[in-house]
Amino acid sequence: MAVYLDHAATTPMLPGAIAAFTEAMTVVGNPASIHSQGQLKKRMLEEARETVAASVGCDPIEVVFTAGGTESVNLGIKGLFWARTPRRRILVPGGEHHATVDTVEWLERHEGAVIDWLPLDEHGRVAPAVLARAIAAHPDEIALVTLLAANNEVGTIQPVEEIAALAATHGIPVHVDAVAAYGHVPIDFGVLSRGGVSAVSVSAHKIGGPVGIGALILSRRATVEPLLHGGGQQRQVRSGTQDVAAAVAFAVAAAAAGDDLPGENARIARLRQAVVDGVLAVVPTALLNGDPDPARHLPGTAHFSFPGCEGDSLLFLLDAAGVAVSTGSACQAGIPEPSHVLRAMGRSEVEARGALRITLGRTSTMADVDALLAALPAAHAHASRAGMADRVPGR
Amino acid sequence: MSGGVDSAVAAARAVEAGHEVVGVHLALSRMPGTLRTGSRGCCTVEDSMDAQRAANIIGIPYYVWDFSERFKLDVVDDFIAEYAAGRTPNPCMRCNERIKFAALLEKAIDLGFDAVATGHYATILTDADGNRELHRASAWAKDQSYVLGVLTQDQLAHSMFPLGATPSKAEVRAEAAERGFSVATKPDSYDICFIPDGDTRGWLAERVPSATGDILDRDGNTLGRHEGAAAFTVGQRKGLQIGTPAADGKPRFVLEVRPITNTVVVGPKEALAIKEISGTKFTWCGVAPAHPEIAFDCDVQIRAHADPVPAVAQVVSTDRGTGDGIDGVELRILPATPLTGVAPGQTAVVYLGTRVLGQCTIDRTVSAVPVAPSVAAAHA
Repeated sequence: MAVYLDHAATTPMLPGAIAAFTEAMTVVGNPASIHSQGQLKKRMLEEARETVAASVGCDPIEVVFTAGGTESVNLGIKGLFWARTPRRRILVPGGEHHATVDTVEWLERHEGAVIDWLPLDEHGRVAPAVLARAIAAHPDEIALVTLLAANNEVGTIQPVEEIAALAATHGIPVHVDAVAAYGHVPIDFGVLSRGGVSAVSVSAHKIGGPVGIGALILSRRATVEPLLHGGGQQRQVRSGTQDVAAAVAFAVAAAAAGDDLPGENARIARLRQAVVDGVLAVVPTALLNGDPDPARHLPGTAHFSFPGCEGDSLLFLLDAAGVAVSTGSACQAGIPEPSHVLRAMGRSEVEARGALRITLGRTSTMADVDALLAALPAAHAHASRAGMADRVPGR
Repeated sequence: MSGGVDSAVAAARAVEAGHEVVGVHLALSRMPGTLRTGSRGCCTVEDSMDAQRAANIIGIPYYVWDFSERFKLDVVDDFIAEYAAGRTPNPCMRCNERIKFAALLEKAIDLGFDAVATGHYATILTDADGNRELHRASAWAKDQSYVLGVLTQDQLAHSMFPLGATPSKAEVRAEAAERGFSVATKPDSYDICFIPDGDTRGWLAERVPSATGDILDRDGNTLGRHEGAAAFTVGQRKGLQIGTPAADGKPRFVLEVRPITNTVVVGPKEALAIKEISGTKFTWCGVAPAHPEIAFDCDVQIRAHADPVPAVAQVVSTDRGTGDGIDGVELRILPATPLTGVAPGQTAVVYLGTRVLGQCTIDRTVSAVPVAPSVAAAHA
C-alpha cells in the first residue's frame, strides 16, 4: 500500500465511523416526520448533534449541519454579511482557503462588498495590531471579520481569541474557518462565542468522518441569512432533509478526535519533527514554512519550499515512488498553482511554485516518514534537473 | 494525452509494447483573471477528464503539466506576431517545435523518462548506422509527418509514434471502442486549439492592431481600401470589397500582404502560382544531407494536407547583393510544377520518398507570372 502523507486533504475514515454510517443507512425515516420511524431517525440525528457539539464546546442548537466545509464557510460569511446590511466591509487576511477567498470576491462582484485584505507576516500570521488599525479606519462600516483558525497549507495557527476580542469591542461578528484546525487543536466555542466569535466552520472528513458533511457552529445569539430556502430545518438557517447517517458517522469521528488529543498530538509532533529534520538533512536548501513555534502551528503539518524545483515535479516523482504528498491545497483540473498562501507571506513566485506539503494523521507511522525520506533524494535530484523547464525564463 | 482518441490509443499501445507509461495532459491555456479558473480551448476541463478516464482504463498514472506560460509566449504570441508581420504561421508546428518535443520532452528527460509518445500518425525508422529517420505514416490519408518536420535527430531519438503503422483512423476508433474508451467516437479537432470557436479572423482582429490602407494591383495602382492588412491571407478571394471589376472581368485574389506599407496586392488567379520558395530558417530532420549545397531531387509539401510536389532543393547563399548586410544561407526549393496557396510564414517540408528530410519556414516566394519591374523593386 502506498504511503499516505496528505492527511490535510482528507484522512482515512475511522472503521467505527464506517460501521456507524452503514448501520444508520439501514434505518428508514425522515427525521422531520412525526411518526415513530421519523422519531427514531430524529433521535439518532440529535444524539449525533450532541456529540459534535461536545467536540467543540457549544450547545447542540448551535450545530448547523451542512454539506461540508465549503458550504459552512459560505453560510458563515454570506449569511453574516447579508444579516449586517447595510454594512459592506469584510476584513479578511491574505492566504485564506479558497472557500473564503472566492466567497468574499463573489460578494465584492455581486453584492457590493468592500474587501480589506489584511497582510500576513513571514510566518503566515495576521497581527492583531493590523486588524485593530483596519477596524479603526472604518469602525461602523464593517459587516464581519473572517479568518482561518489554522492555515490549511502552512499550518500556522492564528491568534483567533485576540482578534475576536478586538472585533467584539465594536460589536463586529467574526467567522472562523476551523476546517484545518478541527481535531488537531482544541476548540472551545463557549469561550470563543463569549469572546466575540459568531460562527465556526468545521468538516467531518478531515477528522476521519465521511466526505459530504460538515457543520457551521453558529452562536445562538447570531443572525445569518440562509443560503438555502425550503423546509425550514435547523433553525430555518439550513433547509433540506438532514443526512442522519452522515451525521452519526461524523459524531463517531468527532468523539474519537477528542480522545487523548494531547497524547496523539505529541506522537504526531514527533513524526513531524522527524520529517523536518530528515528533509532538511537531505535538502539543506529547503525552507520550512509556517510559524516555527510549535504552539503556533498544526502538529501534523510540515510545509516546505524547494528553491529551483517545481512542487508538482516533486509530487509526481514521490508519487511514482509510492509516497502521496501535496503541493498545497487540492486544485482544479489537476493544475497546480503557485501557493497564494506563500505569496501572501511575501515569498517569491519561485518559492511559491516549489512548495510541498507533508501532512500526518492518525494512521501515520515512522515507517511512512522513513519511506518519504528514502524517496526524497532521487526525487529532489530529478526535480532540480527539470527545474523550472515549463516556465518562461526570467519570470 | 489531449483527451482525444489518438493519444489514448497510442498510450495503450505503448503500455502493451512493454513500456512503463505515464499519461500527461498539457494545460496550455488558462483564462486570465483569477489563478484558479479552469483552462479552455485545447485543454478544457472536459478534455482533461476524458484523458484521465482513458488513463484509468489503461491503468496508468495520469498528471496535468502546466505549460500555459510557455505556450502563450512560444505559440500564441508568436502566432499573433507572425500575422501582424503579414505571414501565415502554423501554430501546431510551432507547438511541436517549442512545446511537445522541446519543453515537455526536456522536462520529461530530466524527471527520468526516456521518451515522449504521442498520437501523431508518423513512423520512425532506424537506419543501418542507428540513426533515426522520420517517415510518413503507412496510411497517407492520415499522415501527420508534415507537422513533425521540425524534429531534429536528437528529438527523434526520444520520440515514439505508436499509431504510425495503423492503416486508418477507423481502425484506431474501433480499437478505442474495443478498449472501452469513452472518446472512441469523439470528433476530431481541426481548428486551432486556442481559438475554440474557429473564428480565426475575428480572434486575430481583436489582437492585431489594424489601420486602413490601400489595395493595389500588381502594377501599383490603387483599387480600393482595406481595414487592416494583417486580416488578409494570400490566396483569399472573398472580402476584398473592390468596387470596380477587373479589366478581364475575372475574380481577383490576394497575392501579397505587405505589413510595412500596410498594403494588400491583388491580381488574377494565375499570379498565385509560385515557382520558387525559400527560407533562412531551415532544419534537417534526422541526419543532414552530406552536400545540401548541391541541388538534389526531392518532394516538397507546403501544407498539412497538401499533395507533395516533385522539386529540386539546394542550400544557397542569401547574399543577393542588396547591401543590406544580411548574409547567410537559405534553403531554396524549385517545384517542378508551380505551387498555389503558398504564403510567407508557412512551412515547406522536404521529403525523399516517404522520408522527411527537413523543413524551412518560407520567407520568400517568386511568382511564376512575371511582375512589372516597378512592383518587383518595391517587393525586394
